[in-house]
Amino acid sequence: MGGKMTERRVTIDVPSLARVEGEGALHLKIEQGTLQHLQFKIYEPPRFFEKFLEGRHYSEVPDIVARICGICPVAYQVSAVNALESLFEVELTPWIKQMRRLLYCGEWIQSHSLHIHLLALPDYFHETTVLGLAAKQPDAVKRGFFIQEAGNRLIKFLGGRSVHPIGLQVGGFHKAPSLAEAAELHRYIESALPEAIAMAEWVARLDMPDEQQSFTSVALTSPHYPLETGRLKSDRGLDIGVDDYETYFTESQCPHSTALWSLLKGENYLVGPLARLNLNVNGLPPFLDRLLAKLGNPFPSQNMFHSMLARAVEICFALHEASELLRNYKVPDTPSVPVRVKAGECCGWSEAPRGLLWHRYQVDAEGIIRAAKIVPPTSQNQARIEQDLAQSLQAFGLEHSDEALRLHSEKVIRNYDPCISCATHFLRFSAERSP
Amino acid sequence: MATKPTVAIHKFSSCDGCQLALLNMGEALVDLTGRVDIKHFAEAGVLDESAHVDIAFVEGSIVTKLDTQRIQQIRKNARYLITMGACATSGGIQALKNLAKHPASWPADIYPQPEFIDSLDRSEPIKAHVKVDFELWGCPINSRQISAAIGAMLEGVMPRDDREKLCIECKRQGHVCTLITQGEPCMGPVTRTGCGALCPEFGRACYGCYGESELPKNAVLARRFLGLGLLTDQVERRFQLIHPEPERTLGLGHGGQDD
Repeated sequence: MGGKMTERRVTIDVPSLARVEGEGALHLKIEQGTLQHLQFKIYEPPRFFEKFLEGRHYSEVPDIVARICGICPVAYQVSAVNALESLFEVELTPWIKQMRRLLYCGEWIQSHSLHIHLLALPDYFHETTVLGLAAKQPDAVKRGFFIQEAGNRLIKFLGGRSVHPIGLQVGGFHKAPSLAEAAELHRYIESALPEAIAMAEWVARLDMPDEQQSFTSVALTSPHYPLETGRLKSDRGLDIGVDDYETYFTESQCPHSTALWSLLKGENYLVGPLARLNLNVNGLPPFLDRLLAKLGNPFPSQNMFHSMLARAVEICFALHEASELLRNYKVPDTPSVPVRVKAGECCGWSEAPRGLLWHRYQVDAEGIIRAAKIVPPTSQNQARIEQDLAQSLQAFGLEHSDEALRLHSEKVIRNYDPCISCATHFLRFSAERSP
Repeated sequence: MATKPTVAIHKFSSCDGCQLALLNMGEALVDLTGRVDIKHFAEAGVLDESAHVDIAFVEGSIVTKLDTQRIQQIRKNARYLITMGACATSGGIQALKNLAKHPASWPADIYPQPEFIDSLDRSEPIKAHVKVDFELWGCPINSRQISAAIGAMLEGVMPRDDREKLCIECKRQGHVCTLITQGEPCMGPVTRTGCGALCPEFGRACYGCYGESELPKNAVLARRFLGLGLLTDQVERRFQLIHPEPERTLGLGHGGQDD
């Protein structure tokens, strides 16, 4: 080592990452051709949401947890009501179950489309923003906005507005939309589906790095693709129900991050669209099997750069699912069922656009929340992101220019669509400590 | 061609939901950039935090020492500063921390190494630190609000500040009153208009996400809530959710008695 002086000392510092949700940074140091130091830093200040929930009535929980994330409020609401309804032993009607799924489809479509077009795609066209991309690829961007709007409309249909929607409650919904509203929305969704399929084909043709990594995919699984329900599985044999989450997953703190790190039996793991598709690729409707076959189906895949295609496929799935649910839409006798409060502890989960979102609540006999714990997807992916960066930058080649290394790092990070505001709401610390 | 007015979008502690008022605009966002020059908007990929601009939009509340320095610089660099949403305007739901008895102990209670956490005891609105020229209320704000604000500023006038009660808008839309017909503790009589009366439209009581209206009769409404059978602490919780601050005078006295 000593003799050759050809080494390069590189310090790359991205103090403020663009096109991610929330505030994050990246520091890396390369010496003598090797990576000496790498930190994916989450510095968004803690937001203490679990503390805010203490002392609140259970009926206020959906409105409070929505505020953890402006991009995935539905995921927070659904994981919360799943937990509370399981404790109260609420028997949901088929209509309520279907509408929960429909609402969730809306959030996936909105969030994934926003991520693909506004946050991720500019990287692949040497642009820094969607505005630059719109100048080069006006039709693709226009199509992206059209699809994103389908997601917004679905959320508005059941929730009144697409950010912090107000329609959901423990026990069902506050209101059932009319047949006319459903019919109008159905027409829009039907028109968006072919656009989404074209978008997925287009995304599949983009030139992506071919980079295989070893990682564990973790996602809910269900026979009809998981959104709001399922069992948690991994591609290495994990298969658990919602109450067993804490037996397998632990959280710890790192000095450079205001988000806690989650580990599965001490190892990092992946949640999100790629993990979901890896574990549920056999649960897709036939039209998507055909589409994927045509695109040379890469799933299951160990290439993180297939995340964008996974999002595109999930948009197609969600639009198709929404269309089916709307086609048979009927106005129910009642949009909600009565709830009888019971004291106890309960857990709930669902597949947020960015991956598994797990909640636990302790409720007293008056229905007041005594304790809450929420584990968002981004804190689960945090350890994986750092490992990925280290491996991916070596594979990319550390000899590249600083600018190229920075851009590559950002692409890697954006594959996870990190939602940093989510990750830094307060997470109650269990007994685990990082070494 | 005259130069376009310059705009920056800054983020402090928040859920990012108010920035979606722009990011969910679709093609209108592209059109908007034909009229204004966006100098800083990290989530959209435009990075120049120290740019001098005509209008700085600010999302989120001030919760760290670093925030207190950043906001001073943003103010210096902007001709006009407009807050976006509850967190920036009133401290938002994050100001629930301010009502806690020992917020300073929260990081230490929870994080094993609280020294890594830079967190002030309070979540403060932007106006607690610098002069604010206009406020966009709402949790979240919507695209209409931000478009109207930019549109007015482009015409050289300050946007109109509508503090009307939601109750009036709800009546105009002809919704059934949740307070009178269902005995629900509706915040509509003391809440600012702007959401479009969504909750009453969905048959549920307003929970006050647009903040306090003009001429709010908080104590009168609080007494009405007691009359509906709510306990004192339930009434207080109702008033302290999305905009817990500034604290309102409810005249509930102590020990659950209405004075």
